[in-house]
Order: sequence, then C-alpha cells, then structure tokens
Amino acid sequence: MELLSFGDSGWGDELLRATVVTIAVAVVALFIGFFFAAFIVTFKLSKNKILNFLGNAYTIIFRGVPELLIIYLLFFGGSGAVMYLAKIFGYNDYIEINAFLTGALSIGIISGAYSTEVLRGAIQSVKKSQFESAEALGLKKIVYFFKVIMPQVLRIALPNIGNVWQITLKDTSLISITGLVEIMRQSYMAAGFTRNPLFFYLFAGFLYLILTTFSMHIFNKLEKKYNFIQ
Amino acid sequence: MNSIIENIPKLLKASILTIELTLISLIIGIFIGLFFAILRLSKHKLLFSISYYYSFVFRGTPLLVQIFIIYFGLAQLEFIRESFLWFFLKKPFACAILAFSLNTGAYTSEIFRSGFEKVDKSIIEAANALGIPNFWIFIKIKLPIAIKQSLPAYGNEMILMLKGTSLASTITLIDLTGAAKHIISTNFNPVEVFIFVGSIYLFFTFLIHNLIKFTEKKMRHN
Repeated sequence: MELLSFGDSGWGDELLRATVVTIAVAVVALFIGFFFAAFIVTFKLSKNKILNFLGNAYTIIFRGVPELLIIYLLFFGGSGAVMYLAKIFGYNDYIEINAFLTGALSIGIISGAYSTEVLRGAIQSVKKSQFESAEALGLKKIVYFFKVIMPQVLRIALPNIGNVWQITLKDTSLISITGLVEIMRQSYMAAGFTRNPLFFYLFAGFLYLILTTFSMHIFNKLEKKYNFIQ
Repeated sequence: MNSIIENIPKLLKASILTIELTLISLIIGIFIGLFFAILRLSKHKLLFSISYYYSFVFRGTPLLVQIFIIYFGLAQLEFIRESFLWFFLKKPFACAILAFSLNTGAYTSEIFRSGFEKVDKSIIEAANALGIPNFWIFIKIKLPIAIKQSLPAYGNEMILMLKGTSLASTITLIDLTGAAKHIISTNFNPVEVFIFVGSIYLFFTFLIHNLIKFTEKKMRHN
C-alpha cells in the first residue's frame, strides 16, 4: 500500500493524475470520432459513387489496420509534416508535437470509424415512413432532421455508442508509446522505478476495470431512461 | 519506395509471425471460449461466477495491460521463475500467445454463450423425447447450431485478434507492426510504410472475411 501513497514516497497522486489524463484523452477522442462519423456517414449514405468510396475506405482502413500502426503513422508522420513545414520557414530543429493531441486524434480517427458504422446502422433502421411523413408535413429539412430523425437515431445508437466508448477507452492505453503520461505510461514508469511491475500493471488493470465498469453502468442507466418506446 | 523493397525479406518474416500469433491464439482461444461458455450455462453458482468474472476482467481491461502483466509481471514471482513454467514464460512469444489466447478466449466465450442461448428449446425437448442421451444432444444438436449462430460475430473477433497481435511488438517481438516501426524509425517514411504494411493487414482481414462467408454458406447447405 505504501507504493500507492500520495506525495513523494508513493505513486498514488501520479496514478490519479494519469487516470484523469486517460479519461480526458478518451472523452476528447470519442468526440473527435463523433465529428468524423457525422461527416463520413453522409458519405456512406450518399448516392455519389466517389463519396461512397471514400466513406467505405475510411471505415475499412481504420477498422482493419491495427491501432498501433495508425498511432505510429500519426506520431512519426505528424511531427515529420510539421517539421517539413517549419523547414520551409527556415526552422531546422526537431519539433515534438503535442502527445495529447496526436494521441486523441489517432484514437479519435479509429473511434470515428466505429461510430460511423453505428450511426449508419441506426439511421438505416429509422423507418422510411418517418422521413416521408416529416416531409409530407412540410417541415423544413433542418427541423425534421434535428427534431424527428436525430432523436430516434440516437436512441437506437445508444447501446452501440456504449460499446464504442469501451473500445476507445481501452485503446487509449496504446498512446502510452508516444510518451503521454496516462495510466499505462505512469505504471510503466512506476514499475521501472520500483522494480515492481507485477503490482503496478495489476493496479493499472484494476483502474481500467473501474473505468469500464463505471461507464457501463452509466450507459445502462441512459439506455433505460431513453428506451421508453418499442 | 527503395526502403520498402530492401526490407521485403524482413516484412515477409514479420508477416509469418503475425499469422502464427493470430492462428495459434485463435485456436487456443476457441477451446478456452467453449469451456467458459459451457461453465457459464451451468446452474452451479461457483462455476457460473468463475466464467462470468473471467470474461468481465479480460474484456474490461486493455490487452496491453494483460500482455504486460504476463510478460513483465509474472517474471517477478520467484515460484514462477523456479517452476517448469519459466521455460515458456521467459520467452516473449509464449507470453504473447498466452495473453492473446486468454483475451480472445474471453470474447469467444461471450460469443458462444449467446450462440447457445439462441438454440431453440423445442429442438432440445424433441431430442429429449426421442430418448437421445444428453451428451449426444450436446455434440450433435446444440453445438452445431450454436457454432452456426456464432459465426458472424466470431469473424469480427478473428479480425480483432489479428489487429491485437500488433501488441506483440511492445514485448520485443518483430511482427508486422514491429517491423513497420523499425523501418519507420530508420528511414523516416511513415506514410509509405503505413500504406504497404496496412495493405498487408487489410489483405488478411479480407481473407478472414471471405473464410467466414464461405463457411456460413457451407453450413447453410448442410
């Protein structure tokens, strides 16, 4: 227990801070994913063949290629691209891009691929008559989209959004390789310093388990709350 | 492009390791999954809890944590280092297989469980009425139906496992992702490497996808 005490002698406060970072990255990544999904899903449902192809390519690539490979691409490629730009302006030193942003972006892009599929499934399961009757009522497109279609889509998508959240939360452990001090990285440092990897990795697992269980609980509650029709 | 061509032998070797890791883990995982799915269906409270918590823990934590606990953590225990297990556990390959099999086993057990639950009760009652022994009901009726029901979800799990093997690169193994990282850090060509190695992974995904489709079709004909 001494290992987990707060202050200089233990790793309690460090691990607590790391847990907050993990949650923050996961939340930001989830919303980056939603943002991507909102665009890509219109591509996937569009009748335009090029947009369709782009949409499919996005979901196939980011769900079929390992997360680590995508993180390497963005981490090495990202700083490379920034340095290339800086060189044009005469700056030649090494530039390290922000690990939090690169991490959240890479996990967000992956999360977005899963969210796109969830959203597509939900939109397609809204009955056609709903679209038609909203149109027949002469509702403006923006009104019927936000007031009629969206609430139904979100309700149908909610359980699967919960799954995407769990995937995203667990995927954040992979950004530890970029040096961002989240749960995994902090445990790695503590394990190296104290030479007690078993304890710290088990504890990291315990922290993740708390996070996944707690969020599952929240999603179950939300589902119950919004699942009044059917 | 030159850096990729130079590294083709390395990437070929790495692909083989990725395939090995995926196949071995999946095969062991099927048995673990089946075993825990059966425990889960039992009415015995303890057996049920063991299976429930196994799947809860392995599905609720990242694979990276699991692989680190097994590779870095277990080596710390003296009784493991002194036992015959150490012969396996000192090797990163064996640790990776152990972590992957346990992980995919947990997901597979959930897939099988829902497959078993979908088996129509009236079929089992009919079989009982015919006087078929319970063991044969399980082998000849329940299991095939459950497997058929589980196929699409299991296909996804196979793809997740393929992607999961990339974590082997964090414990010194040079699988496809490990090789990719190595090439990127010596040649600074992340985009090229990503396109090339990513395509190999997508090709494997494509194979798995078609394998499942083919099996589904075949089972339907039977």
